[in-house]
Amino acid sequence: MLKIADKTFSSRLFTGTGKFSSAALMEEALLASGSELVTVALKRVDVRNNENDDLLIRLKYPHINLLPNTSGVRNAKEAVFAAQLAREALETNWIKLEIHPDPKYLMPDPIETLKATEELARLGFIVLPYIHADPVLCKRLEDAGTAAVMPLGSPIGSNKGLKTIDFLEIIISQSNVPVIVDAGIGSPSDAARAMEIGADAVLVNTAIAVSANPTSMAAAFKMAVAAGRMAFEAKLALPVSHAVASSPLTAFLDE
Amino acid sequence: MNSFTDLFDTYNWNETKASIYAKTPADVEQALSSSKRTLEDFKALVSPAAAPYLEQMAQISQQLTQKRFGKVLQMYVPLYLSNECNNICTYCGFSYDNKVKRKTLSMMEVMQEVAAIKEMGYEHVLLVTGEDNVNVHVDYFKKVLQLIRPHFAHISMEIQPMDEEDYAQLIPFGLNTILVYQETYHQEDYKKHHPKGKKSNFKYRVETPDRLGKANIHKMGLGVLIGLEDWRTDCFFTALHLNYLEKKYWQSKYSLSFPRLRPYSGGLEPKVEMNDRELVQLICAYRLFNEEVELSISTRESPAFRNNIIKLGITSISAGSKTNPGGYTVAPESLEQFEISDERSPAEISRLIAAQGYEAVWKDWDNCLA
Repeated sequence: MLKIADKTFSSRLFTGTGKFSSAALMEEALLASGSELVTVALKRVDVRNNENDDLLIRLKYPHINLLPNTSGVRNAKEAVFAAQLAREALETNWIKLEIHPDPKYLMPDPIETLKATEELARLGFIVLPYIHADPVLCKRLEDAGTAAVMPLGSPIGSNKGLKTIDFLEIIISQSNVPVIVDAGIGSPSDAARAMEIGADAVLVNTAIAVSANPTSMAAAFKMAVAAGRMAFEAKLALPVSHAVASSPLTAFLDE
Repeated sequence: MNSFTDLFDTYNWNETKASIYAKTPADVEQALSSSKRTLEDFKALVSPAAAPYLEQMAQISQQLTQKRFGKVLQMYVPLYLSNECNNICTYCGFSYDNKVKRKTLSMMEVMQEVAAIKEMGYEHVLLVTGEDNVNVHVDYFKKVLQLIRPHFAHISMEIQPMDEEDYAQLIPFGLNTILVYQETYHQEDYKKHHPKGKKSNFKYRVETPDRLGKANIHKMGLGVLIGLEDWRTDCFFTALHLNYLEKKYWQSKYSLSFPRLRPYSGGLEPKVEMNDRELVQLICAYRLFNEEVELSISTRESPAFRNNIIKLGITSISAGSKTNPGGYTVAPESLEQFEISDERSPAEISRLIAAQGYEAVWKDWDNCLA
């Protein structure tokens, strides 16, 4: 079981709610994914009248935890304000911290993210920051009180897979908090690979929402994440590039 | 580079136009197979040589748009505040020399229009005016913004170009987006179409996005009025402008529009016609050139065209629009800017979007965000 802050999760597949062609299809796909943590952009929902919001209504299941995100904010101050609003409206102190001042590539701002994490942790939030695959930043976020780190696999929405794998491996080897690979996962095999290298979870949105059959794709991701995790726990055999038949360099020791 | 003018002045209209028309099928194929397309690729994609590749362009455009934006379309609606205007624009119903009674909404009237717009379900609104700096100025805009901000998630404005300080003043009042269309990048023709008023100053208008960027606006919209000049060349300059702005003002978002000249009583006939096939080519070319830019379509276009354009690359759409101040409820008979072409209601358009496997999104911003 995965534990983040005070919650445990049997599914290691986290999902998003954007880009679906209808709210009904989103609901069906998220149910097929088995996901227990679902992120929702604050800007997409009616926070003042959230009882009737057509997106939120679809997420009312006992096994689904909402993870509001701050998408749209450009600095730490705006992020803290948005998080407070989300906490009040959605009655959760969990927040996916997304600060991307660059609206073109949606690249996370490491400086503002660190500042906001410090402040939000101090205010009692469970903070899950979306960041570059930057091992040092991950350690700094740990010191700041983050509940997990969410490094990107490749640019968000790009479906390019684990372009940052070397840095992800360093992050995973060093981390004292769960590592969730967020952004860029384009196929179930990418998700399985992330799990095989020891990621604690993955977050997938575009690859499910934009596929021709989101419900099937969600189920495929569910299986891939479970398979990847199982392989990690079973300890993968190391790849070997050549057979070791004799010991030309050390054979003299036996003579 | 201080402003776009510095870059723009290094280009020559006729040479640019000739280079677009000189593009070959090989250039188009090169552009299609590239993964990061350049301005030269854009020229090829808007050139006559690209016409036989339209289906291929449309398929790439659809795929890129879905990847970035998902299967959704943002709904927005204009709210005309005023048709008073001191400019003469040869193509516009609000032109100063069009001697028709003018109207600027009072605050009470603005709220009546807001109520009608909210009734249709809208959360994203576009405020529109002419250019009357005596009655419709920064203070008027501040009052309107203050009044309507609690009722909308996102507020855009299409108003007269202003100074950087004016924009900076309006942003804290809830202004999210400014649309400012260059109309044409052909300087001599620009002068012919704008003989009188502040708008006759080409340089002030073409540098407006720079002032918006310096004011750190959340989003700005660009475009030309298609029909005034050669559209391929004008749209190349739009792409050049966008490219320049994105690199310089990297914290702002961008959208593009491609309005085709529509009739109004006594107005100008288009000098250059653009047919539907060419408009689709332009939309796809913009998308292939820039995967992240928002592309917007209004009720200027016909129902048949709009029905079929939903999946081809656009990201926002208006419906149920009125183009006159008070058009929704206060003064339905007041002077309109242009005749709309698609009169279907927002609910109908929303159903149409759903029928094509997309979702109409009403809210994708929040007034708690900057």
